[in-house]
Amino acid sequence: MQASDRFNINSQLEHLQAKYVGTGHADLNRFEWAVNIQRDSYASYVGHYPILAYFAIAENESIGRERYNFMQKMLLPCGLPPEREED
Amino acid sequence: MATLDPEIAKTQEERRKMEQQLASLTSVTFDVDLYGGENRFEGYERSIPVTEDDENLDPGESEVARKLASYTAPKSVLKDMPRGSEEDNDMGFKKPSKIIDREDDYRRRRLNRMISPDRNDAFAMGDKTPDASVRTYADVMKEEALKKEREDTMREIAKKKKEEEEKGKAVEREKDDGSAPVQKRRNRWDQNQEADGSSKKAKTSATGSDWDMPDSTPGIGRWDATPTPGRVADATPSVSRRNRWDETPTPGRVADADATPAAGVTPGATPAGMTWDATPKLAGLATPTPKRQRSRWDETPASMGSATPMPGATPAAAYTPGVTPLGGVDLATPTPGAINLRGAITPEQYNLLRWEKDIEERNRPLTDEELDSMFPQEGYKILDPPASYVPIRTPARKLLATPTPLGTPLYSIPEENRGQQFDVPKEAPGGLPFMKPEDYQYFGALLNEDDEEELSPDEQKERKIMKLLLKVKNGTPPQRKTALRQLTDKAREFGAGPLFNRILPLLMQPTLEDQERHLLVKVIDRVLYKLDELVRPFVHKILVVIEPLLIDEDYYARVEGREIISNLSKAAGLATMIAAMRPDIDNIDEYVRNTTARAFSVVASALGIPALLPFLKAVCQSKKSWQARHTGIKIVQQIAILIGCAVLPHLRSLVEIIEHGLNDENQKVRTITALSLAALAEASAPYGIESFDSVLKPLWKGIRSHRGKVLAAFLKAIGFIIPLMDALYASYYTKEVMFILIREFQSPDEEMKKIVLKVVKQCVSTEGVEADYIRSDILPEFFRNFWVRRMALDRRNYRQLVETTVEIANKVGVADIVGRIVEDLKDESEPYRRMVMETIEKVVANLGASDIDARLEELLIDGILYAFQEQTSDDANVMLNGFGAVVNALGQRVKPYLPQICGTIKWRLNNKSAKVRQQAADLISRIAVVMKQCQEEQLMGHLGVVLYEYLGEEYPEVLGSILGALKAIVNVIGMTKMTPPIKDLLPRLTPILKNRHEKVQENCIDLVGRIADRGAEFVAAREWMRICFELLEMLKAHKKGIRRATVNTFGYIAKAIGPQDVLATLLNNLKVQERQNRVCTTVAIAIVAETCSPFTVLPALMNEYRVPELNVQNGVLKSLSFLFEYIGEMGKDYIYAVTPLLEDALMDRDLVHRQTAASAVKHMALGVAGLGCEDALVHLLNYVWPNIFETSPHVINAVMEAIEGMRVALGAAAILNYCLQGLFHPARKVREVYWKIYNSLYIGAQDALVAAYPVLEDEASNVFSRPELVMFV
Repeated sequence: MQASDRFNINSQLEHLQAKYVGTGHADLNRFEWAVNIQRDSYASYVGHYPILAYFAIAENESIGRERYNFMQKMLLPCGLPPEREED
Repeated sequence: MATLDPEIAKTQEERRKMEQQLASLTSVTFDVDLYGGENRFEGYERSIPVTEDDENLDPGESEVARKLASYTAPKSVLKDMPRGSEEDNDMGFKKPSKIIDREDDYRRRRLNRMISPDRNDAFAMGDKTPDASVRTYADVMKEEALKKEREDTMREIAKKKKEEEEKGKAVEREKDDGSAPVQKRRNRWDQNQEADGSSKKAKTSATGSDWDMPDSTPGIGRWDATPTPGRVADATPSVSRRNRWDETPTPGRVADADATPAAGVTPGATPAGMTWDATPKLAGLATPTPKRQRSRWDETPASMGSATPMPGATPAAAYTPGVTPLGGVDLATPTPGAINLRGAITPEQYNLLRWEKDIEERNRPLTDEELDSMFPQEGYKILDPPASYVPIRTPARKLLATPTPLGTPLYSIPEENRGQQFDVPKEAPGGLPFMKPEDYQYFGALLNEDDEEELSPDEQKERKIMKLLLKVKNGTPPQRKTALRQLTDKAREFGAGPLFNRILPLLMQPTLEDQERHLLVKVIDRVLYKLDELVRPFVHKILVVIEPLLIDEDYYARVEGREIISNLSKAAGLATMIAAMRPDIDNIDEYVRNTTARAFSVVASALGIPALLPFLKAVCQSKKSWQARHTGIKIVQQIAILIGCAVLPHLRSLVEIIEHGLNDENQKVRTITALSLAALAEASAPYGIESFDSVLKPLWKGIRSHRGKVLAAFLKAIGFIIPLMDALYASYYTKEVMFILIREFQSPDEEMKKIVLKVVKQCVSTEGVEADYIRSDILPEFFRNFWVRRMALDRRNYRQLVETTVEIANKVGVADIVGRIVEDLKDESEPYRRMVMETIEKVVANLGASDIDARLEELLIDGILYAFQEQTSDDANVMLNGFGAVVNALGQRVKPYLPQICGTIKWRLNNKSAKVRQQAADLISRIAVVMKQCQEEQLMGHLGVVLYEYLGEEYPEVLGSILGALKAIVNVIGMTKMTPPIKDLLPRLTPILKNRHEKVQENCIDLVGRIADRGAEFVAAREWMRICFELLEMLKAHKKGIRRATVNTFGYIAKAIGPQDVLATLLNNLKVQERQNRVCTTVAIAIVAETCSPFTVLPALMNEYRVPELNVQNGVLKSLSFLFEYIGEMGKDYIYAVTPLLEDALMDRDLVHRQTAASAVKHMALGVAGLGCEDALVHLLNYVWPNIFETSPHVINAVMEAIEGMRVALGAAAILNYCLQGLFHPARKVREVYWKIYNSLYIGAQDALVAAYPVLEDEASNVFSRPELVMFV
């Protein structure tokens, strides 16, 4: 960030962005981004009742079970994180 | 506008002086604690904050804004307009003011405090026993105890001495009369009341030394001046007396023999035994005892710098105790002559010496030779002085003698003295900022061109710190900024010790200015943050320097002080804070206790009240000293004041902690307890009465048994507790207390009066206190005692009385109150009449006039007319407001009086005095609406003609008011009925538009705008064009309201005469140089386009873009941006038309082109979202997108906003697709930008992205696919 950036709205913008979990940065790797995507997706499914109902019909599960499953999947949506290569 | 203009500053200064005079008249014996001493405005803002007054400068303006609300530019634009250069000139060049100049004696006592040596950090040590050489808490407490003991002894001796004296006097006096005991008694009271001050005085008389004087001239003179031999001589006579003190070889003693630490700490005898200046006697006395290694003499390295200018020596070296200062050789006894030759004399001394020399030179008696050379040799005879002549010897009388004109010295060319060193600063090496003379003692070392290599690492560090500090203190803003950043970044590297040893003495510098203090405090704040727990040993030092900020009269200084202390307590932790401040709680100096209490309250609010409660409890119950109890209770009071309603959760415990203070043996403790209860009740209103249950009884007993100021404090507490009560209890208790209150109505004590008024106000406003009771029991006495002329003379009495009366009126109704005071409108004292008028105004404005019967109405109007006509003082607003309020409240009932009122107005419009004319015109604008209600249109027409005739007025203030009055009349009777007819009126206004006075401009443009809006057809188009040209000039106005009204007027005129001509004028104006003017023009163009439909304007506007001139093209783009902002979804019809133009602009080399075009695209996208213009928008986005790598903040902002706009119009998925290409780009710079865009996209439309995320391939152990999305039923 340059000196001129420090005090204008951009810096506040970045501060604001940093407050949201799902936002990213230049050093984000594929896995972390994918985890965010997955969690956002599950959160969205759970949040929209019609979609939830649709999935429930498709999977022949109860809506509550679907919701529970989605929430569980949010824990480790993509499995364990890969080993970080040393750098 | 933003800065106080000099006139206001002058008036404020005068008022302050007057207040001081008043205070000095009234403050004979009142208690500083109870009545707050000089700083009773503590906690109030003395001046109105200047930040927001642009927005709501006066009600008239906002009213206009409401009326003309239809077309207006966005706030950001109007705010953004840069101010003219004149304004900037007087903004940055306010005279730097020294803090000490505006401080009163009490506040100057800060200079008496000593920056105490570092203390032990108990946490850092773990279980180790502290080294003997560090100062632990126990040491400090011991010192305090010693100091206290000494003070007590001193007081005892002083008392004894006084008693002896009194006895002697009494014996003498007994011969005359027997009043001796009375006298003696009084003295004792006085002494008690002024506790520390008088005890010091007593001490002075005991020791009789200059050094011990309680500082009547604090700081400057004595404090950091070199101890010249003359001064030492002053001190010598005291030696014999001192001897008695010095027999006891306690080390603390000697140092403490002077209350002024600086004087006390003349570091005459360092353990090394180095004598450093010409005070051998003192030094001899100060031989430290071998028993304790560190005597207080060498403990105060910090203040040493300020106490002794050390020529040639690096003060740094001198600060480290035990180390022989480098320039030791130089420090041999300086002769007065030598002092002159030294570089490092304090500036004060310089000035003093020079001044003395100068004065002596001028005032020396003329010799006979000089007289001979002045007068002609012949024609004069030398007479012998009369035998009875005795020359005046007493200097005081000499000063009073009238200077005869002959005595004025003639100008003589001053003799050149090459040996003298002037204040010209030595060139500072290495790009260091200018050094002021008083900075030498702190930064003098920087001038020594020592070789950096030769210095030890520590010294190099010191030097570096000094350089940075000097840059922060005196440097240019960029220098300051980088220096501040370096200090912050390297804080831990420098270490807390070296940093604070440099910064804190600077803050004690007597010549410090506001700005410098602000900067240094900022340094401390930043450094604190970095150092964190490393500050612990320095907590007390920092507090000594920062605490005075808490009682500064400047609001922002107080806030700053609070912030620092709060950060400090978070960094150091509660235990350290308590350990550091505990010794000050029962300090003998009231000043120290006062500031400590305030600091403690800040600590409480920073770390939470519960954490501090146990400590507070212990302090408030201290058996050892009443001072501790007093301070403890005061802390509670300050907590209540500071955190307001947040005390509620802890209210009960706080009350419990202090309640026993009501029965304390010490009167001051009782008083402060009552005041603290009052503060708690005020803070917790209207809740929390349960918590006060336990104190009700002692308070009630108290008001019956106490008198004087304790009673006042108790009454205040009750006054604040009663409003918390249920209606039933409130009524009961009010009746109980009222009996005492009514008794105290007659009290001659001003402060008591104020408190009584306040309590009455509180009681009366409480629910449950019946109107009948007030009417029968309170009103008669109240009016008899308070509604007297004398009350109008003191400003605060005046205000309090008005407030209380208005509160009573809210209960008992208008008629009772107004009926009682209406006769006084004809009182012969003008201030009193004004007070009556203000009360009536407020009462009537609150409650209306329906209670007022015909007879009272007659009296009222009569009285008001009388008061209005008889006013002579400058402060005319009260009468004007009162008149306006009453007339408006009475409404149609005024009709019979209107001819009389108008007669008065007309007569006064013709008055010689400008103020009177102005006021008369103002009155018309106040009552115009009522005149309309009374159907007095003919009368208004008549007034209109009269006002029209006065348009030639030469005083701009008056002219502004006249225009305002005309506007009011036009507004109520309408364009058609207006006399003089609009077609005559407007041409008369055109030349007035040229007037540069703000008030005239504002009223005139409002009136013209009004006519353009409602009655444009009455005036020829050519006249409107003429006005258009004048209006262009007004776009330059400083006041936002004027610029806004002007821009709106353009819209109205364009509507009236068609856009072509107006537009041509405006487009031409785009070529001017001033940015502000162009900005306003673009706004006006956009408004014209909005008023007359865009298609009438766009062709001409786009055609103008072909002019190959930067300003014009930018102006066109900016107009487009505003245009699309205003027209919103209407933009869908024009988007295809302007796209080629925007394409061109977005590809332009000029940054501003792209920036402005981007913001136009933003507004366009937002306007047409969902209206099926996606094709054009995607096209434009393709032009916007390459600009994302711009670095100029304005451009990048505009681009990002355009992209946000596109997100709204095109949907998040489309933008995400643009984003994906760069999120994992190999170049970091690219990734950063793309992630930034992604993040704002994510925040804006997270949910919408779910469907659009790319499909990621699974990896070895990780599953990235989202199978749910492909489910299909």
